[in-house]
Amino acid sequence: MSRKFVYQDDELIEKPFNWKQVGRLVGFVTPYKSAVTRVVFVMTVFGMLSRLAIPFLMSMAIDKAIHPKDGNSSTSLLVSLVAAMLIMYGMRWWAQKYTIQKTNEIGQKVIFDLRAALFRHIQSLSFRFFDKRPAGSVLVRVTNDVNSLQDMFTNGVVNSAIDIVQLIGITIILLVMEPKLGLAIMITVPLMFIISSALRKKIRMAWQIVRIKQSRINSHLNESIQGIRVTQAYAQEKENIAFFDGMNKSNIRSWNTASALNQLFGPVIEITSAVGTLILLLYGTYLIQSGAMTVGVLVAFITYVGSFWEPITRLGNMYSQLLISMSSAERIFEFMDEKPAVPEKDGAVKLSNLNGDVKLEGVTFGYESDRPALRGVDLEVKAGLSVALVGHTGSGKSTIVNLLCRFYDTVEGRVLLDGIDVKDATIESLRSQIGIVLQDTFIFSGSIRDNIRYGRPDATDAEVEAAARSVRAHEFIVDLPNGYDTEVEERGNALSVGQRQLLSFARALLANPRILVLDEATASIDTETELRIQEALSTLLQGRTSFIVAHRLSTIRHSDLIVVLDHGEIVDQGSHDELMKRPGHYRNLVDAQYRYLSA
Amino acid sequence: MDIFRALKSYYWQDKGFLWGSVVGLAIATALGLVYPLLLKTLIDDMIVPGKYEGVLQLSLVAVGIIIVKAGFQYVHGFSGGRLGNRLAYRLRNGCYEKLQQLSFSFYDKARTGDLMSRLTADIEGMRNFIGFGFAQLLNTGFLLIFGFMMMFFIDWKLTVMTFAMIPVLAYVAIRFEQNIHPVFRSIRSAVGRLTVRVQENITGVRTVKSFAREPFEINKFVKENVDYRDNHLQLAVVWAKYFPVIEFIANLSVAALLLVGGWRVIDGSLSLGDLVALSGMLGLIVAPLWTLGFQINNYTQSKASGERLLELLNQPISVKNTKNSLELDTNAVQGHIRFEDVSFRYTNRDELPSALLGFNLDAPAGAVIGLLGGTGSGKSTAVGLLLRAYDVGEGSVTLDGVDVRHIELASLRSQISIVFQESFLFSTTIKENISYGFPDATQEEIEEAARLAQADGFIRELPLGYDTIVGERGMGLSGGQKQRIAIARALLGKPKILILDDATSALDMETENEIQTAIRQVMVGRTVFMIAHRISTLRRADEIVVLDRGHTIQRGTHERLIRQPGLYRETYRIQYADRPDELDQSSHASEITLVKSAERRVTG
Repeated sequence: MSRKFVYQDDELIEKPFNWKQVGRLVGFVTPYKSAVTRVVFVMTVFGMLSRLAIPFLMSMAIDKAIHPKDGNSSTSLLVSLVAAMLIMYGMRWWAQKYTIQKTNEIGQKVIFDLRAALFRHIQSLSFRFFDKRPAGSVLVRVTNDVNSLQDMFTNGVVNSAIDIVQLIGITIILLVMEPKLGLAIMITVPLMFIISSALRKKIRMAWQIVRIKQSRINSHLNESIQGIRVTQAYAQEKENIAFFDGMNKSNIRSWNTASALNQLFGPVIEITSAVGTLILLLYGTYLIQSGAMTVGVLVAFITYVGSFWEPITRLGNMYSQLLISMSSAERIFEFMDEKPAVPEKDGAVKLSNLNGDVKLEGVTFGYESDRPALRGVDLEVKAGLSVALVGHTGSGKSTIVNLLCRFYDTVEGRVLLDGIDVKDATIESLRSQIGIVLQDTFIFSGSIRDNIRYGRPDATDAEVEAAARSVRAHEFIVDLPNGYDTEVEERGNALSVGQRQLLSFARALLANPRILVLDEATASIDTETELRIQEALSTLLQGRTSFIVAHRLSTIRHSDLIVVLDHGEIVDQGSHDELMKRPGHYRNLVDAQYRYLSA
Repeated sequence: MDIFRALKSYYWQDKGFLWGSVVGLAIATALGLVYPLLLKTLIDDMIVPGKYEGVLQLSLVAVGIIIVKAGFQYVHGFSGGRLGNRLAYRLRNGCYEKLQQLSFSFYDKARTGDLMSRLTADIEGMRNFIGFGFAQLLNTGFLLIFGFMMMFFIDWKLTVMTFAMIPVLAYVAIRFEQNIHPVFRSIRSAVGRLTVRVQENITGVRTVKSFAREPFEINKFVKENVDYRDNHLQLAVVWAKYFPVIEFIANLSVAALLLVGGWRVIDGSLSLGDLVALSGMLGLIVAPLWTLGFQINNYTQSKASGERLLELLNQPISVKNTKNSLELDTNAVQGHIRFEDVSFRYTNRDELPSALLGFNLDAPAGAVIGLLGGTGSGKSTAVGLLLRAYDVGEGSVTLDGVDVRHIELASLRSQISIVFQESFLFSTTIKENISYGFPDATQEEIEEAARLAQADGFIRELPLGYDTIVGERGMGLSGGQKQRIAIARALLGKPKILILDDATSALDMETENEIQTAIRQVMVGRTVFMIAHRISTLRRADEIVVLDRGHTIQRGTHERLIRQPGLYRETYRIQYADRPDELDQSSHASEITLVKSAERRVTG
């Protein structure tokens, strides 16, 4: 089966509700419970009061002031009743203003807290977490999933509380006013409940399918934008357009289904409520006919029944909304429950002023349990030495570096710094002792200066410049329109790959680490620049331990110790001259270099 | 409204649904007005006079009306839904097509997150308004006109008085629209900044962690999070200011009617029935007015979305076909490339000097051209011009004597395969990734290409082999492995012209050499451009061009260049510092080295 692009889908959630998750969400509202109580109070007391009082005042105006039975109409009473209405309207104005402002305030604060907690937690997670997850899917959790809870927290919580109060109020009024008619109308409630929950389940499923299709579209958009250069270079625009059209069509089809079902909800509820209307009219007139009820009560009933269905429908919608939000909440909590794979011990030591002795003792490690990347590696490096790690792709060079920085934890064996197991040190202090330049350079949006300063925010401008000079980045930086203050965009798009590498070099250097790691950091730098960097490094490496992962012989040769790796094991080590004297991997490698030069 | 007019072609063909949405809602609303009339009949004509025989029929009529009303409500909802969905479908396809056509220069400054939000959130905004919002806004208008007309026939003086609220309401509504628009704008950009901040943090997580700068990142994030929250609170302030006012004004007119109307009833110049009817009508008009705020809100939001969509849709395409573009005949293409006095400057980086200046090159079919130079020297720019990633500023690039600007883009690019500096894999199987440019390739051809790129071996070791899914969501591959898949992709089509833009930097020397040998075999009679930093990659090229800041500073074969002082010889010296002797006897160098390494292998 051939598929141009493959996107993994989330699962449909069949189970209706997870009360534990609801409880956790409620936990985020708890700090604001007094504010919630105040809003609900204001809205029910002032909002409801004005709402119920106005029809009353109007009927008073007609019956008592304008057209009283005794014929003594009173202008002054009319004026004062209208004045009372105005006071009610004014109260309503204030109550609404208060409610809108406060509900949003509560909601936004809750969302803020939730998002901050999620982001904070993600920061504490280890490489393993990020290895398996595309950046897009993590991003969506922090942005879209949290946003989708926004509406629930702003309007949902408060409005539901108000609706419940209103519903209880009207039910009491109906039952007290005319118990028999009230009860007769209540019969339709279970009917409405059954019909609507059957429909609602279908609607919910339909929206879930929409969401899944939508997230496919998002994945594809993200990828097609980032890979657009490849697409255009291979003239695949038409094929992509055709592929996207298929995706888009199936997305729209699911939308059509969902929105047709969704739009059915309102009319169905209305038709069900017609049963209530029928009961009201027939039974109501019967009661009047038999003299058990007055016309006035019937008129009042009609008004109240109208506002009886309203909160029921809204609460139903709210419940659907809640179910949709719960799938977002579930995905958020899934991340929150993720434990860091590299935990910090209680009472971990803070490393400072290291000498830089590095020791690996019987280290075994695998990114996936069935494919070991290192097998029983022993290595001892004295402080101040420079070590080159050499070997084919996948031989385990970068893995050694990753374990040293404790991006991962060893499966077996220990990694020691000055004799201290890295697992016993605080992660922050460990990593600030190590400066690392990675294979793929990351540039943050911001000024060039801030990028260099990333590892040491308190560095002076002069120090930043000195670091840039020593890695030969200064020349190209001053050629930029605003020099060190030039703003670079997302991922440093405006800079060449080599320039980005130079920047990350300056960054690592400025942080002034005891141990320096260069993980294929010079692959895209031209040889001349690389040589200059090395000249600079040779002085800067004085007294620091350094690890260099590289393919280019010119980069490796001057190291104090060359470690040759193959399939996760150290097969040879020594200086360039020593290794050249004996046959083996390294000499083959060096020979290869000359052989290929000449072949 | 200009924005909706400009986007008309995306929804106007569904005007049937548009009518359905508008008319359905209008009829449903009108039927809603009938219900109170029925109640009036029930009370005045049946209950009060005690004629109960018609009650059942009347109740059934009422139920019938409710059902018909629900039916029209559904017509509105269904049509609106379809209308909005079709609009969203067309808009999204339109934007996607546009994205496929926009040139490299657009993407040099574009932000992925921003483009994505246009194709998702902004389209959503349009869907809601065109589908439902528009009909609702019209409906409010209808109701106002209809209601006031009815009132006018009952008593024109009172109607005129209550009508006085309309200009006030209109003024408030316009003020609201003006106030909410900038807030929406700043919310949009706050959302954008928050997204960019998180995206950057996640993609750069390795750097963040290696400098142990998580607290700093959290602070940066909190700043954007605060900004996001405060912008939304600002929105709430505007809502809180205007929504209740709109309702208050509407209510005020009810009170005014009661006061003046009541006075006149007491005066005797108006009947009580008329007053009740008038205030009933007014109640019906006023009820939907409190949603006016929401409707304006939706309108403004979708207007802003429409603006952003139009901005994308109207984006000029800098590299495109002309009417007379020439379609290449694949069999006739030789692959003879010439650069004649080519200069180029990146348009979005005006401050920078030209990326390429007076560049000349003649690459006959079958030639291998090497390009060497420091970062930013113009190597990638030169090959980009050949591919028409950008169009030359001055001079011309020709393929078999035809200016590439006169060649149909797809047919030009299908003659060329390029491997970019940063290899990009799509989320699909390795097989699909290799056959990306040639979807009809057979499994044999794919495996052959992978073998040439030295990728077959490691691919077979993967649990699912060629069916392993890679890319963002897939199996993690090393930089070298990704590069080899990208090379296989380029070799698959046996292109007339192959470009390797520093495409082997993550490979070890041995693998690279094997790939080089394979390329030589496949590319016999075809033209190859190679950008590299390693001499071993370049040395067998027919011509090597050394660039510095856009200028050509040296050119010639390896043998010639190592005899001239200059950047090339310098690079060579550094990379092969062990063997300075070869510099002097370079003409024999190859033989000597061969012998040496052969000896070593024997003795070893």
